[in-house]
Amino acid sequence: MTPLEWGIVLLAVLGAFFGGVAAIGIVRMPDIYTRTHAASKSDTLGAVLAIAAVAFALNTDLSTAKSVFLLVFMFITNPTAAHAIARAAEDQGIEPWTTDEEGEK
Amino acid sequence: MVEFAAALLAIAAAFVVFAIVALYRVYAGPTIHDRVIAVNVMGTNTVIAIALVAAAFEEAAFLDVALVYALLNFLLSIAFSKFNVEHGGVL
Repeated sequence: MTPLEWGIVLLAVLGAFFGGVAAIGIVRMPDIYTRTHAASKSDTLGAVLAIAAVAFALNTDLSTAKSVFLLVFMFITNPTAAHAIARAAEDQGIEPWTTDEEGEK
Repeated sequence: MVEFAAALLAIAAAFVVFAIVALYRVYAGPTIHDRVIAVNVMGTNTVIAIALVAAAFEEAAFLDVALVYALLNFLLSIAFSKFNVEHGGVL
């Protein structure tokens, strides 16, 4: 493999790492607001890294432009969707998860 | 060239596995919002997997599929959260 291909695979592996962090956060976090945190930040970074790898791998002008458009679109809409869901949860009066003063649940 | 495509396909498979992990939250999530956020993460991972498959097969047409999937995923999340608050106001 050429150095460019190694770089592309490295970007995609980093994206997969952050995607895995987001999946673990979705499963392990205690309530809706903390899960939104994992979904909006970690998953967005994973998506941006992986689609940047795709933009470098496809070497025609049009498909690189499409990849960059997809990247920008994911970067804007993913946190927006997570924010909308968290706001809907807040409107319905779901209490955030807290610990009491002894640090127990 | 073959190794490169295989590496990209393996990473796409990893994203599919993460989507299946998030499916647990759709099954177990105590509120509807937990389920919607998990479906949103699954949709994002699906978009990434489609884009990586497009890169692996050098099939630029798959990117259009990924773009449309990303648009529908965003619309689904917004529509569900609005529908939950206004109890049918979006329709």
